Amino acid sequence: MRWSWRKVEETFFRCLMMAAVVLVMLILLWILLTILVRGVPALDWEMVSRTPRGGFYLGKSGGILNAILGSLFLTLGATLAAFVAGLPVALYLTCFRGDSSRTAAFIRTVLDVLWGIPSIVYGAFGFVLMIWLGLRASLLGGMLAVALLILPIMIRGMDEVIRLVPRELYDSAYALGATKMETAFRVVIRQAAPGILSTVLIALGRGMGDAASVLFTAGYTDALPSSLLEPVATLPLAIFFQLGTPFPEVQERAYASALLLTILILVISGVARWLIRRYARQVVR
Amino acid sequence: MTGEHVIHARDLNVYYGQLHVLKDITVAIPRSKITAIIGPSGCGKSTLLRSFNRLLETMDNVRLAGSVRLGPQDVYAPGVDVTLIRKKMGLLAQRPFPLPMSIYENVAFGPRLHGIRNRRALDRLVEDNLQLTGLWSEVRDRLHTPAVELSIGQQQRLCLARGLAVEPEVILADEPTSALDPQSSRRIEECFRHLKDRYSIVMVTHILRQARRLADYILFLYMGELVEHGPAEQMFNAPRRELTREYVQGVIS
Ligand SMILES: Nc1ncnc2c1ncn2[C@@H]1O[C@H](COP(=O)(O)OP(=O)(O)OP(=O)(O)O)[C@@H](O)[C@H]1O
Ligand SMILES: [Mg+2]
Repeated sequence: MRWSWRKVEETFFRCLMMAAVVLVMLILLWILLTILVRGVPALDWEMVSRTPRGGFYLGKSGGILNAILGSLFLTLGATLAAFVAGLPVALYLTCFRGDSSRTAAFIRTVLDVLWGIPSIVYGAFGFVLMIWLGLRASLLGGMLAVALLILPIMIRGMDEVIRLVPRELYDSAYALGATKMETAFRVVIRQAAPGILSTVLIALGRGMGDAASVLFTAGYTDALPSSLLEPVATLPLAIFFQLGTPFPEVQERAYASALLLTILILVISGVARWLIRRYARQVVR
Repeated sequence: MTGEHVIHARDLNVYYGQLHVLKDITVAIPRSKITAIIGPSGCGKSTLLRSFNRLLETMDNVRLAGSVRLGPQDVYAPGVDVTLIRKKMGLLAQRPFPLPMSIYENVAFGPRLHGIRNRRALDRLVEDNLQLTGLWSEVRDRLHTPAVELSIGQQQRLCLARGLAVEPEVILADEPTSALDPQSSRRIEECFRHLKDRYSIVMVTHILRQARRLADYILFLYMGELVEHGPAEQMFNAPRRELTREYVQGVIS
């Protein structure tokens, strides 16, 4: 059997792809192993059930319940706000504007640019916005900044999945005498529901993991979140502060916090995937 | 409503951008009959059908001139409620597209839009219209399962029932059997035969045998022009135009 050039080419690229897959898997595994190995020993019930005590950052007792709850409240609030603000925009782009609309194309370009802006810029902008509104670093301020950060992701993501809804489905609804609004809200959204849920999930993950946007806007506190107008702790910043101490036992807890953040996101995506599967049953393929 | 004809099109011209796809169409569609629009691919059959219920204007590069009347009503008159126009003309597409909800919800969707909320009334409507399309006995035990789980043929009959539930005067069908197996096609044809006493049916087909089997009246379109129209008998056996004769005999296609 002779080796033809095409066969060499084929084999070469097959190897290259395998290598890439293996590399990606290794990196993922490495990250998970790191936070597991370093985090699990420091993870105990106190970690998730208590707030920092005096001397927590010096290695004394306490937990990061403040940051867990803070991150949850902040991200859920921001995601909800971005969803509510983003859905009408996505529907406008798809259901109310034709495919050849210049306005829609322009808005999409703007959103793609916004998507690319680093999160620290959203933090800085949120900070300016807060001063302008007379707010100080608070849960509300953090929500605002994170909502802005994930808004482009939310809109463009929903836009893309809604664009996959077949023309004929719109026609079916129109032919029954549905208005554009009724078609959008009762048919298109349902058809796109699995995709919309995945988008929300991606946006939520992005928001929950981001430190830079909440640094100035949410502040940090050892207390549990109590009011929209009080500062609030978040997991990314909890990790940052603990990792920044010179004490190994506190650094261990940073990894435990990272582990908790990961678990939190995994649980949320698990629930969402279950929902997606339920909605996907109804969808026309 | 009475009158011999249900739809009147007059000097209808349609353009997609620069492309002139329907040229000076003037025709009347008979009431309570099955009318078939035949003609080669790309001659504008679907366009004509969609100009009747104003679905054309949902595309963004379309221009239309001329008039269409449904009974006494001018379909394109300024200020008419387009949803009420569309409601009077059920649509059956080439491939069935059930709405992403249950069988029951599919049929109840239209009536709900138009204000029927009463559960008993909706139950009745769902049952009656599923009966009309012969689907009731097949799905009565699973009304609340997703409509997409039905077979393609059942889905098409569901789409028909869904359209009937808003009590249209006309059924517009665009090659309604072309995605179906022979058995399912036959069932759709049977439905049409039963329904034509109560509804006027306009169907696009490029299956000449189907047109022969079903149609009472035929429109023959060729490259955007209405070459000839008349009772099926005459169109198939004694067409006036040479082009029509060649087409119905399968010389051109
Ligand atoms: N949205 C559109 N934009 C531009 N041109 C179009 C559009 N839709 C249809 N056309 C063109 O208009 C002409 C008529 O199309 P139409 O779909 O009405 O034909 P048809 O007779 O239904 O054909 P078929 O039997 O293949 O379904 C065709 O030449 C087609 O290419
Ligand atoms: Mg067609």
